[in-house]
Amino acid sequence: MRKIGFVLSLSLLLLALLAGCSGTDSVSKDMVAGFIYIGPPGDHGWTYAQDKGRLMVEKELGVRTIYKESVPEGPEVKDVIRNMIDQGAKIIFAGSFGYMDYVEEVSKEYPDIIFLHCSGYKMTENMGTYFGRMYQARYLSGLVAGLKTKTGKIGYVAAFEIPEVIRGINAFALGVRDVNPDAKVYVRWTHTWYDPGKETEAAKALLDEKCDVIAQHQDTAGPQQAAEARGAFSIGYNSDMYSIAPRAYMTAPIWNWGPYFIDQIKKAMDGTWTSGSYWGGLEDGIVDLAPLTPNAPAEAREIVEEMREKIISGEFHVFEGPLKDQSGKIRLEKGHVMSDEMMLSIDWFVSNVVGRIETGK
Amino acid sequence: MLQIIKNKEISSRKKAAIHLAAIFLALLTASVFILFMGHPPLKVYLSMARGAFGTSYRFTETLIKTIPLIITSLGISLAFRMKFWNIGAEGQIIMGAFGASWVALSYPHLPSFVLLPLMGLGGLAGGGIWALIPAFFRARFQTNETIFTLMLNYIALQWITYLQNGPWKDPGALGFPKIPNFSPQAVLPKLFGIHIGWLIAFILVVLSALFITKTKKGYEIQVIGESEKTARYAGINVSRTILVTLFISGALCGLAGMIEASAINKTLSVEITGGVGYTAIITAWLANLKELRIVLVSFLFAAMIQGSSYIQMAFQIPQSAAQILQGLILFFVLGSEFFIRYRIVYRSRESGGGET
Repeated sequence: MRKIGFVLSLSLLLLALLAGCSGTDSVSKDMVAGFIYIGPPGDHGWTYAQDKGRLMVEKELGVRTIYKESVPEGPEVKDVIRNMIDQGAKIIFAGSFGYMDYVEEVSKEYPDIIFLHCSGYKMTENMGTYFGRMYQARYLSGLVAGLKTKTGKIGYVAAFEIPEVIRGINAFALGVRDVNPDAKVYVRWTHTWYDPGKETEAAKALLDEKCDVIAQHQDTAGPQQAAEARGAFSIGYNSDMYSIAPRAYMTAPIWNWGPYFIDQIKKAMDGTWTSGSYWGGLEDGIVDLAPLTPNAPAEAREIVEEMREKIISGEFHVFEGPLKDQSGKIRLEKGHVMSDEMMLSIDWFVSNVVGRIETGK
Repeated sequence: MLQIIKNKEISSRKKAAIHLAAIFLALLTASVFILFMGHPPLKVYLSMARGAFGTSYRFTETLIKTIPLIITSLGISLAFRMKFWNIGAEGQIIMGAFGASWVALSYPHLPSFVLLPLMGLGGLAGGGIWALIPAFFRARFQTNETIFTLMLNYIALQWITYLQNGPWKDPGALGFPKIPNFSPQAVLPKLFGIHIGWLIAFILVVLSALFITKTKKGYEIQVIGESEKTARYAGINVSRTILVTLFISGALCGLAGMIEASAINKTLSVEITGGVGYTAIITAWLANLKELRIVLVSFLFAAMIQGSSYIQMAFQIPQSAAQILQGLILFFVLGSEFFIRYRIVYRSRESGGGET
């Protein structure tokens, strides 16, 4: 009996402690935007960049946003979406490729909710896709890496063998080629978007193979830290990573999602939103190259700026023939510019990439 | 001076009071933590409850999360009753899901009423065989089943990773490592708005209770759990009972895997378990391995998981912080087991002796 008394007094104490803290969930504003992240916003990479966009939405539109971090690319994402809708979300940004099938499935259950899926290719009446022409910024970063390398070997830590990543590697390698025809890009797959340990290990393995510049298509700054620790140089990704590897980091292809998020949410609020596929480039500012740091070669600045202008004006195309694959076969004839369809399904490497693609086909 | 004394028997009322006190203490400790994050604790807790039960949708979600917990806890309990520490439920769920997926992907065009039972068999066989491996080694060579079953979890997980990145990779996914979706026939139907897994769980609860209390095998399992030597002396074939029981234990976990793959995932992936295999160890233990209590505890746990997922979005509390909250509750509840088994008494040196 004394124990029950103990419990009772405890609960009273608890209530006393917490009294005055109560309230209700406020779901006052009509528009709620949901964001689904593959990693934590503190990853200093992919999710960090998306969360910056979300915060810009809150600041500029005053719209309530909700997010869920570290959602794996599995069925759990359906749960997350339904929970967000239950909490009032009217528009949902699903920020990773592997969410695609699940978003598609749920989009059919909720015809009144707007879904935007990042980097995929499936669409429905109320599910659009969005992405940026990151390959343009990657090409520019390739110029920097090509000018920097002494060993002629550049390492590239890459996530999955999907067109997005392959396209990025090719664009990077073409940038390298245009300033340093003899240099090669060495690719190592991690098969994960977010795993600081694995990413760092892959970078170390590349450094062991005498690569002196490390680039990455990963969500964390692990490869940057590996390059820093070995006195090598690095190209980041997603966001400016200067503070993380101050002696290695040269620049990074970066995302700037905010303006796009704001545009879509505004359209949703006006009722003018329609499903579609958005793929903006340097000209929209959704992708860009971060400022070059003192670690970058001095001569890079001018070339990068020149090519950047040429890409924006449409005078230069990153993927323009003749392009040969690793076996020497011509994949794109001279004078041809690669179509978006070809870019979105690309499954081969250009000739100065060392690495294999296993697509399981 | 303070002394720790083993409790002989403790009334279930007292036990409940201790558990309750533990939960209160956990919430109290967690509120300090929540305050540090700048949120009002009571509001967070109320939201947690609202997130788990607040709307019919949320309540359904909680129930859906309860189903695999119940079935897996039942499977684990069977082994635990024998004091066979089966930590391998996670792997058994995965291999059950693998067996079911193999059927679903090999014969996608069969009609549902043939395909689903076959997938069920695939799930039972997959989980059962995976549990049989450590059971065999324990029965034959007295290997440590805790380590053995635990390690098999990782092998199962890597096996699915291999399939997902290799032989089973969906050629239609443009190189992204995922296994193709099942055909619509391979998806469990719904009954009263929730997939039919709840009915399966319900039937299994009844069957398990009957199996343990009413059958000879069930009795033998309990005897082995009390003392293996006594069981031997009584002429029970211990090795055989271990093998049979573990097969059933693993098969139940495997069936949970089949249900998750079919009704929730609609495919197989490395994320299939969502940690159920480990959570169910705790629910089985807290339920004292009793079937009806398993239902209750699993439901409460599912509510906690659903609720903390809700507060994460509602208050933008980081994922890891929501997990710390869960961890604290677990820590206190499990820690309170100590006070159920022992008690601390204060005795002056002079008086000595004498039970209170």
